[in-house]
Amino acid sequence: MPSTVVRLWPHRIEALVLPLLALVTALLLFGLFVTIGDHSASQAWQLLFLGAFGDAFSWQNTLQRAAPLMLTGLCVALPARAGLVVIGGEGALVLGGLAAAVLPQMVPGLGGASGKLALLLAAAVSGGSWIALAGWMRQARGVNETISSLLLSYLAIALFKHLVEGPLRDPASLNKPSTLPLGDALQIGSIGTYDVHWGLAWGLSACLVSAVWLAFTTHGFATRIVGGNARTARLIGLPTQTLVITACAVGGACAGLAGGIEVMAVHTAANAALISGFGYTGILVSFVARHRPLAVIPVAILFGGFGAAGSLLQRRMGLPDASVQVLLGFSFVLILASDGLQGRIAGALNRWLDQREARRPSATPPITPPGTAA
Amino acid sequence: MHAMTLDTLALGKRFGSFQALSDATLQIRPGTVHALLGENGAGKSTLVKCLSGYYTADSGSILIDGREQTITAPAQARALGIGMVYQHFTVVPGMTVAENLLLARGALPPVIHWAGVRRALTNFMATTPFRLDLDARPVELSAGEKQKLEILKQLLLQPRLLILDEPTSVLTPQEADEVLGALRERAHAGMCSVLLITHKFREVTAFADDVTVLRRGCQVFSGRATDSTPAALAEAMMGVARSLPAPPQRLLQPPGPERLHVSQLQVNGDRGEPAVRGLTLSVHAGEIVGVAGVSGNGQRELMQALTGQRQHVGGSVQVDQQPFHGWRHENQRLCVRSLPEEPLLNACVGALSVADNMALRDFEQAPLAWHGWIHWSRIRARAREWIARHGIKTQGERAPISSLSGGNVQRVVLAREVSVSARLLLVSNPVFGLDFAAVSDVHRRLMEARNAGCAVLMVSEDLDELLSLADRIVVISAGQIVFETMAANADRNLLGRHMGGHDQPTELAA
Repeated sequence: MPSTVVRLWPHRIEALVLPLLALVTALLLFGLFVTIGDHSASQAWQLLFLGAFGDAFSWQNTLQRAAPLMLTGLCVALPARAGLVVIGGEGALVLGGLAAAVLPQMVPGLGGASGKLALLLAAAVSGGSWIALAGWMRQARGVNETISSLLLSYLAIALFKHLVEGPLRDPASLNKPSTLPLGDALQIGSIGTYDVHWGLAWGLSACLVSAVWLAFTTHGFATRIVGGNARTARLIGLPTQTLVITACAVGGACAGLAGGIEVMAVHTAANAALISGFGYTGILVSFVARHRPLAVIPVAILFGGFGAAGSLLQRRMGLPDASVQVLLGFSFVLILASDGLQGRIAGALNRWLDQREARRPSATPPITPPGTAA
Repeated sequence: MHAMTLDTLALGKRFGSFQALSDATLQIRPGTVHALLGENGAGKSTLVKCLSGYYTADSGSILIDGREQTITAPAQARALGIGMVYQHFTVVPGMTVAENLLLARGALPPVIHWAGVRRALTNFMATTPFRLDLDARPVELSAGEKQKLEILKQLLLQPRLLILDEPTSVLTPQEADEVLGALRERAHAGMCSVLLITHKFREVTAFADDVTVLRRGCQVFSGRATDSTPAALAEAMMGVARSLPAPPQRLLQPPGPERLHVSQLQVNGDRGEPAVRGLTLSVHAGEIVGVAGVSGNGQRELMQALTGQRQHVGGSVQVDQQPFHGWRHENQRLCVRSLPEEPLLNACVGALSVADNMALRDFEQAPLAWHGWIHWSRIRARAREWIARHGIKTQGERAPISSLSGGNVQRVVLAREVSVSARLLLVSNPVFGLDFAAVSDVHRRLMEARNAGCAVLMVSEDLDELLSLADRIVVISAGQIVFETMAANADRNLLGRHMGGHDQPTELAA
């Protein structure tokens, strides 16, 4: 039976403590994993930190990776706020990258700011429509969106490979099939003198705009109502289908944007290097952030840091580059498991406070006759 | 004598800072039907859960046949001969009656000798007052038959004390009389004692030998049922300081123009089976039309279809002679509001705050919003005003609505749905699980809305509620309206027969 007193802050503390606890446990397990491989766990932890946040160089590397993670994180977070678990961000990202790489070939003469915007728009539209398709199948046909978005993602990757290695292949790309490279006028440059491209600004603004949309607009509120209780949303006559599909489309557009930015700022052409798992890590980012756009920012930076530390672990300790994937895997499983503890910590806090309050009346000193005080 | 004598002495149970039971004293004489009355939260369920081993009491003692016993686990209670029938069905839907009955026995041999089991079950059935086909599956059973199966499951264990938690809420009046009558016969024959949790005074006076009333975890009344009047029991339940609230005042007025017209409506159920089959009804301004029926006859689907939660397969719905689909702009233009059953599940968003939930109907309209931007301060200010005006008990307008009690959730929904001048109200089981104060609040608000000229369509499983509130009662059976009568001269038994689907649809009585 629940406590009679309602406190709000135990739940807020829990929302912060649970993901942290899961991440710390994941790091501990990672240490164990490293130890089993006959390496020093403490050195691995140290290098993880150094590689992610140790100096200016690692910070730049971290932020470079955080930018697409913010966008793919939103691809999970926004549909989640409308009540859908979409995990197909990788597919939207890949299609977005492809669209950005192909558009200049179909529309020659693009350049400058408007040309770049056109490319980003193409990336966003293709990624958005892909996830919107998953949302539509859910709403109109009752197809589970988690499975369909994952399968659509495989489909997108296969389509991407087919086109890049076939009809769209640049004949000059010999052992690394790519599309024709983008001209300099269409590439995204670095922010000032830092080795961080402008995609970071796009990621940050997308998170901020999403947060404002959800918190302060009627449309964002309506979306949260649908995500919170679809039956109630239908009762009060909200267009639930449109709201859900829109949230999916916007989320997918973010992931598509991430792909476009990766192509325009990093790879300069669409090739297999684009399929590097940012879409899947975005799932983890969103779950750790509890699908809150503002929380996506720090979490994306943290996981960007883990990714950045991978090469340092390889160079210094001889661990395979993929060992960071093990850390991510541990984190994901533990984050999902920690959901099972939801309410327990807040409940325990509440019980502890209840007991303290229950004791308090007896703890107040009774009125004692003078002379008997100890 | 097989029937059990059970006494509890000053039983206490505490959850955190909440004292659910403090001085629960109960004396069940062997071979009697003992009614346990009390408002929601009075501790009835906690008390019987202490008896059935679901909880362990913190203080006080339980005496069985005069000997003190500590009950710490359900298995122990079963071994002592205490059986419990829960309010919600616990039958396995995909298994036959025979399989369900066998499951109730608990420990089973690795290989089941079905022929022997069937013979034993057939013999057992012959000794019970109820007849059920051993090969039927629960999906083929009516709610009443399922309730009988629940009771049979317990009778199979030959309990010395049978506890029933509101067993008649899903039954027609006739079925309720049949079940309770059979149990009373069994008790009076000395085969078992019966502890009956109920909130219906009629059942207490008609079937119980003794009655105990709990309030805030304490016994406040105990005596022979024949010596107690409903008024005295109600007073004991609510406390002497408060009197029974006056029934809502009905203004005599001729019904106004037709507000809601449902014509040949067809709606499918969850599994795609037809649930509402060509239903036609109409509601006029200034009247309450009650829909009576045994649960599962299409009421839920009908109301969900009318409120836009479920798709129509055929037929039409009109409000004020205009087609109506439950869309938001239609709700707002035609002032259609709704009180669905289980408000937390159907009319609220549990994770959002009280203020957010109060704004669900009009958050995009001035003055709460401006060009798509929400004025949270205005939404919160209005919420504070409503909380004060309707006496809603909450930690504040920012508390999540899921932290409120059922009565206060319903008050939040009432404030939202009835505060604007609603012209049509669609209501389903509005007082299910609420305490007296909340029930009279809800009924008063509904009657006030009706008196102000609102058309009210109300589905309820509680016939007494319909008889006291409605102007006109229609009976739904198998997804169709099969009977219609004015509430003032309605006959319970006639209604019950139509609810059970025993009569063919006849000429509609005026």
